Amino acid sequence: MTAEAPAITAGHGAPHAAASGHAQRGISNPILGMILFITSEVMFFSGLFAAYFATRAANANDWPPRVFEGILDPLGLIMIATIILVASSFTCQFAVWSIRRGDRRGFIRNTAITFILGVIFLGMQAIDYAILFGEGMTLGSGPFGTTYFTLTGFHGAHVFGGVLMLGVILYRGMAGQFSARHHDAVEAVSLYWHFVDVVWILLFSILYLL
Amino acid sequence: MATHALSPAAVPAYRGGLYEWLTTTDHKKIGILYLVNSFLMFLIGGMFALLVRAELAFPQLQIFTNEHVYNESFSIHATVMIFLFIIPVLAGLGNYAVPLMIGAPDMAFPRINALSFWMLPLGAVLLLMGFFTEGGAAAAGWTSYPPLTERGPLNAPGPGQDLWIVSLILIGTSSILGGINFLVTIFKMRAPGMTLFRLPIMVWTMLVTSVLVVMATPVITSALVMLFIDRNYGGTFFTPPTGQAVLYQNIFWFYSHPAVYVMVLPAMGVISEVLPVFSRKPLFGYKAFIFATAGIGALGFSVWAHHMFTTGAVFLPFFALMTFLIAVPTGVKMFNWIFTMFRGQLTFSTPLIFAVGFLTMFLIGGINGAFSAAVPVDFALHDTYWVVAHLHYVLFGGSVFGMFAGIYYWFPKMTGRLLDEGLGKVHFVLMFIGFNLTFFPMHMLGIKGMPRRIADYADPTWNDWNLAATIGGFLIAASMLPFMWNVFISLRNGKIAGDDPWEGNTLEWATSSPPPAYNFDRLPEIRSERPVFDARHGIVGHGGHGGPDEEEAPKALEEGRHDDQGPTR
Repeated sequence: MTAEAPAITAGHGAPHAAASGHAQRGISNPILGMILFITSEVMFFSGLFAAYFATRAANANDWPPRVFEGILDPLGLIMIATIILVASSFTCQFAVWSIRRGDRRGFIRNTAITFILGVIFLGMQAIDYAILFGEGMTLGSGPFGTTYFTLTGFHGAHVFGGVLMLGVILYRGMAGQFSARHHDAVEAVSLYWHFVDVVWILLFSILYLL
Repeated sequence: MATHALSPAAVPAYRGGLYEWLTTTDHKKIGILYLVNSFLMFLIGGMFALLVRAELAFPQLQIFTNEHVYNESFSIHATVMIFLFIIPVLAGLGNYAVPLMIGAPDMAFPRINALSFWMLPLGAVLLLMGFFTEGGAAAAGWTSYPPLTERGPLNAPGPGQDLWIVSLILIGTSSILGGINFLVTIFKMRAPGMTLFRLPIMVWTMLVTSVLVVMATPVITSALVMLFIDRNYGGTFFTPPTGQAVLYQNIFWFYSHPAVYVMVLPAMGVISEVLPVFSRKPLFGYKAFIFATAGIGALGFSVWAHHMFTTGAVFLPFFALMTFLIAVPTGVKMFNWIFTMFRGQLTFSTPLIFAVGFLTMFLIGGINGAFSAAVPVDFALHDTYWVVAHLHYVLFGGSVFGMFAGIYYWFPKMTGRLLDEGLGKVHFVLMFIGFNLTFFPMHMLGIKGMPRRIADYADPTWNDWNLAATIGGFLIAASMLPFMWNVFISLRNGKIAGDDPWEGNTLEWATSSPPPAYNFDRLPEIRSERPVFDARHGIVGHGGHGGPDEEEAPKALEEGRHDDQGPTR
């Protein structure tokens, strides 16, 4: 039963590589961590969306409320903001493809554009909020305002978080820390940014179109 | 290691004792921090329980001057016990054991691991600060249902409830980060040869638990956020007429029922490690156990509304059926455990006794739980002391007994010294008697119709059972004295444990006690779920060469320290 010799021969080379380089096999630790984090974020937004639909169903006879009729115009400012955020998802992916090729200049350019588009989106959301506040729609103005500002507010907070992350990878990219082989942070941030974008598309469809 | 010259980068800088504990990213030290912090919380939560029990010993108000303080006491008791004791203490055991059991040098993200831990004391401080605010701490029970928790002169006017919300969001975030960390560790950091179906059962239960944490905890965060908006910014999620209080219950229980399995699955994992070792047999039905664990996790998401049968807002047959279904995988596990012991060579050491305590008490908790799943029975027993009896049989009789089994089992690995067997048995006997004296009478009280969360009662037939429960409660408190004394003297003069005092099966017994910072100099061959057993009995080669050897160990340590930095590595 004792099998020392085969253990040595069978167990040397490959397991060593595996033990000292877990990250090299399959998906890397940071990216898996980010995917799981996004999973938890999906569940968080699921809770908010569930509350939105429950509230809307309970107030279906007055939705949107008569005082706020037509206040959420899908063809106004918010359309431009949506286009900007969707576009930023593309530039973000261009940045990932650039760094995968080892093209650092392309990576920095595309990340910078993504970062700026994210900031513009936040600015437009702030303008949108100011307009709505001016019309008397706030968190405390009944279920319509409560759900609208909670959902878009938490999305905005996530965009803000994403912009910070983009800032970090932009800074690190300019410092030359990424290469075709080592750019897990870029991949992870891009996944997060796409997630934020998908949440916005859902929010826009549900709040403005549905 | 002493003969081997480390490269300069791998030499750990010297750090003083306290500074080292405050800044550590070593999963073993963080695990011990979790255990110590959780035990302190156990004592604090226990104090509140004793206050509640003392008040209920006799009719009329004796201890508290008004009922509001009583409400604060049972609310903080439950919140502390669930969120700051049971969940973290099991996460702490997992934190200590999982990387060792899978032959990894550390968790996947050591610094996030430290962050997860340090959020807990902060959450505890926020929660308990409520007592020093105007209006006192949260007083709406651990469930904090609106409208009890809406802001209003008769509901929860003060900042205590807001502190409760913020504290729970913080603790939940800590859980989520911990869960992500466990999943990445288990999927990515296993030693060569450690396939998924060779994982120790404890690791499997932590895996399923972590999935539940990552999927369910964010949902309660959303409920808490909405409650906070309702309370502070004039939101109307849960406030009539346009909001719905039942919506909160749905979202809350969508987390809090899976959370029940978060609180018990790791304890099941602990006793599934303890029973085979002290029965000298492999676990009966290893794969069946894994599938049962996954089944409990999956079914756990479809039973939340059995907490809401009496609201009239849920589809009763579906949720009753799913709840009964959960008894099936749980029953499979009971057979696994019983047939592991059947015809085994039992050694009645303290860990085994606590594991058997788990089996018996959890069985009662499971049976009276299945009982309450029947809708008509639940309508009669809803919100009575029957429910209090049920949940304590599961969470105390189950999780706490399992947790103590784990403490007695791994204490020699953590410290290098054995706990005293005699004192351990005194601890068990006192706790077992005290536990049953406290919580068994609550079944009778529930059937007699005593509602939970009352400070005073007038039915004379409730007096004797209440007095018995109070005496039992103080007996449980007394059982902590031999335990704490045991830890204290064993740390100083306990018997030296050696690497493998129990002749264990899993990899943590293949390294020294306590293990070095990098965990393993060498790993045995992993050809089954019991690699150390195999190595001891010569089923595979001795000594093994599968893992990082002397050259690789510092590198592995380096790897563990910096893994969370991604590409800078």
